[in-house]
Amino acid sequence: MSAFLSYLLHGIATGCGFALLASGLIIIYRVTRVVNLAQGTFAVVAAFTATTALGSGLPHGLAELVAVLVAALLGVLAGVVAVTKPGTRPQASLIATLGLAIFGYAIEILLWGDQPRSFNGLAGFFELGSVEFPKQYALVVGVTLVMFGLLDAFFEWTYVGKALSACASNPYAARLVGINVVRMALCGFALGGALGGVAGVLLTPLSPVSYDSDVSLFVNGFAAAILAGLKRPLYALGGGIALGVSEALVAGYSKASYQSAFALVLTVVIVVVQGARERSPRMAEE
Amino acid sequence: MNVIEVEDLCVRYGTATALDGVSLSVGKGELVALVGANGAGKTTLLNALSGVLRRAAGRVGIQGRFAHVPEGRQLFPDLTVDDNLRLGAYRAPDRDTAWIYRVLPELERTRKQHAGNLSGGQQQMVALGRGLMARPDVMAIDEMSLGLAPLVAGSLITVLAELNRERGLAVLLVEQSARLAFRLCSRAYVLEAGRVAASGTTRELAESAVLKDVYLGGADQAPA
Repeated sequence: MSAFLSYLLHGIATGCGFALLASGLIIIYRVTRVVNLAQGTFAVVAAFTATTALGSGLPHGLAELVAVLVAALLGVLAGVVAVTKPGTRPQASLIATLGLAIFGYAIEILLWGDQPRSFNGLAGFFELGSVEFPKQYALVVGVTLVMFGLLDAFFEWTYVGKALSACASNPYAARLVGINVVRMALCGFALGGALGGVAGVLLTPLSPVSYDSDVSLFVNGFAAAILAGLKRPLYALGGGIALGVSEALVAGYSKASYQSAFALVLTVVIVVVQGARERSPRMAEE
Repeated sequence: MNVIEVEDLCVRYGTATALDGVSLSVGKGELVALVGANGAGKTTLLNALSGVLRRAAGRVGIQGRFAHVPEGRQLFPDLTVDDNLRLGAYRAPDRDTAWIYRVLPELERTRKQHAGNLSGGQQQMVALGRGLMARPDVMAIDEMSLGLAPLVAGSLITVLAELNRERGLAVLLVEQSARLAFRLCSRAYVLEAGRVAASGTTRELAESAVLKDVYLGGADQAPA
């Protein structure tokens, strides 16, 4: 029982990180129809930036904030490359984000080397019955909940949030009412970058990050986004936690190396099932 | 003074010419109809006025604030009626929607509903209200009556007539239903295959053979 509880708590904490990555992916996808393959890169760059900032003497909190801002800026740059050229198709933008992710490897190795990096998170443990769990887990969950609360408020109560939703819902009409759809796309990329950055600085104390960690981060974030139906960013919280817990149980009761395979298989299964569901009414009509 | 002035406008989709040397004007506070059969280039013209489509040649001049109510309503279905209306004022300083509910009172009870859940008539009212939120001097409305019951379409025409009388709103009304458009407008242009086939007062055009030719290829029936 204690092992199960331990896996569950670990799964919830890592799942929150996946949820943050997924919400960023969903925001960018909804506004631009582009699956951003560089989403994991935002997390990796934020993690590396945080290690550098902490190493140069910045206190915790400020260092992570700087790292998240750098990730948001990187998001804007990715958006500029991927979607600002008029007439760019989503498929071309997708390839552009893949190119950016690969280009990111070169920059990361140049700046931070090719060895995994980490930093200390919140020290100490909580006790829940017979199970001890790191306080960092609670920090991850707490910050994630705050971030999702802020996201909800942003989309529900702010005019810019409504304008972003409008661009996602009907870009043609958004343009007709005077919304600058490209600027909103960059705003979506900035949000996606910031959310990826938050995931990076929260997860790094739990597991060291290397330049190529973006692949597993993207796969898990994408799987969580697919679980959430790629619809509302807030659904990603459920998708991320469900994925994190499932992976923790797979790793705990089977092998840790099966985790990524589990996420990939889950993604494929959901995509196939959703595709079949969408096709079946049309086939019935025919 | 003209609020819309179009001179020799050409718009192309690749190698296909959608508009070929179109010229038209809408005066301040004037109600002008643009009629024509399917594929004549009416929607293309409005999209060129809004800047959604690039023009290959010609000149488009708009004086004052312009709003475009597109064909098919084009609402934001996941947002509430009130949010849809407020987004119409994206470039306007005042986002208070209260006056829209006075002009279109039927929308008042739907303000918290998602726009995608409304009836066709209500959606058209939201589209109209969203356009009005820009506080336009001139509004281009594309196929307002499409898919609406004649009674609903007629009530919207009445609303536009009142807005014109009370606020001096100029309207460029694009309609397939020439009869409906001519009820509101005093002047009209007839578009055929990307060119202006005729123009004049709606009274003259209603009697003209050109209109019958454009719609019915010369058959001896009046347009609906």
